[in-house]
Amino acid sequence: MNPLTRRRFMTAGIAATAGVAGVAVADRLARRYGLLPPDDGGIYGPGETLTYAAQRVLGRHALAREFPRSMISASPFLNPVAPPTDAFKHSQANGFADWRLAVDGMVAHPGSFSLADLKAMTARSQITEVACEEGWSYIAEWIGTPLSEVLRESGVHPQARYVAYFSIEHDWWDSMDMGDALHPQTLLTWGMNDGDLPVGFGGPLRMRVPRQLGYKNVKYITRLTVTDSMKGIHDGTGSAAAGGGYAWYAGI
Amino acid sequence: MVRVTHWLTVIAFFALLITGMEIVISHPRFYWGEVGNVMTQPAFTIPIPSSRGSVPTGYKFVMPDENGWSRYLHFEAAWLLVLTGLVYALYSVGTGHFRRNLAPARGERSWRDYRDVLLRTLRRERPDASEAHSYNAVQRATYLLVIFGLIPFVIWTGLAMSPAFTAAMPWTVEALGGRQTARTLHFFVSWALVLFVVVHVTMISMAGFRSRMRAMVTGRAAAREDA
Repeated sequence: MNPLTRRRFMTAGIAATAGVAGVAVADRLARRYGLLPPDDGGIYGPGETLTYAAQRVLGRHALAREFPRSMISASPFLNPVAPPTDAFKHSQANGFADWRLAVDGMVAHPGSFSLADLKAMTARSQITEVACEEGWSYIAEWIGTPLSEVLRESGVHPQARYVAYFSIEHDWWDSMDMGDALHPQTLLTWGMNDGDLPVGFGGPLRMRVPRQLGYKNVKYITRLTVTDSMKGIHDGTGSAAAGGGYAWYAGI
Repeated sequence: MVRVTHWLTVIAFFALLITGMEIVISHPRFYWGEVGNVMTQPAFTIPIPSSRGSVPTGYKFVMPDENGWSRYLHFEAAWLLVLTGLVYALYSVGTGHFRRNLAPARGERSWRDYRDVLLRTLRRERPDASEAHSYNAVQRATYLLVIFGLIPFVIWTGLAMSPAFTAAMPWTVEALGGRQTARTLHFFVSWALVLFVVVHVTMISMAGFRSRMRAMVTGRAAAREDA
């Protein structure tokens, strides 16, 4: 066995000090530049933080891949959801004429938008892939109003960091950072493949976040909350998916 | 350092393997190309029940959903693998570990050398004492293939499934031929790594499991192997 010489001891000491100092500096930098996800604690916190921070450093403004029209899936998979609530069925019976998207939280003009209001704003369409965390995927054309347009109309406060979005369905909501919320491909989607967005695919209004996996694309959106912290919203985890043990950031 | 990184890699590998299997169970169908789902024809399916009722497996049984923690652990273990690999690579270049111990040794570069090692192994001859301190030609080639081939490729095919990573670097998935191809290749390379681990552990057992383990844990190899 090698004796613990003075040199080895000092080398180990310097390495340990450098390691601790490095983690402390990384933590401060991550905090300053908003690189910590809401689920940065616990045993999986380090991995999640590394993933989220790396993606934000690597390509904050990168665009999700778009595909030619010929690659649109002929029969996209319709992921089944729970039977709709009475509130949804009531609105559906009215042709969604009374569907409202409420915007509250850190905005200058809290209020709400009808589907007609949203469609009157700048529309954008994109042909992107929906990829489920389970492994399957399909490509479709998505038509909608960029979330950034709705946020601009509502006057988002500069200290806002997240947008939480809620489904009409009970206990179905999620959130994203401003990087994804202001991203040009993040759409409040009301059209699909040149028609109205079918109910099965989230119609009348679905959040489409193509740089993240399918489960962030919550269906039947009725409310947005702009905030600087997820702590005050529900259990503070940043999404209903966290209840099932799923990561908040799904861009991996 | 080589030993520390070896054991960290072992931990990461088994965490990735188990969680990877859990994730596959939620959709045990594989496809080529960009897209694939239960509405499209799979290239092949694994004949097991799924943890999702929406996947037609032929079984009337839905397995419990373990994807949440499996995915958290899969990506955390992937970081452990990547960071450990970086430390190992920097250290190995710096100290000449690659050149000295892994690059084919001088005078052991002909096909005959590889054939001789394989024949000796098949005849179950005991390795001679010199092999306790250095790797033979086949070992060197295999370790290089794993370190510079299979592990980088399994990381690449994994990243090619990330929607944010492929937004930043689209060529990583386009060069492979699509997201579903990346997933299928990720699955195959994982099995290639499992095959390596099985053979690796078998060879260690043949060479003397306890002495080899002691060597890899403590760094000391006895000249005579009868432990």
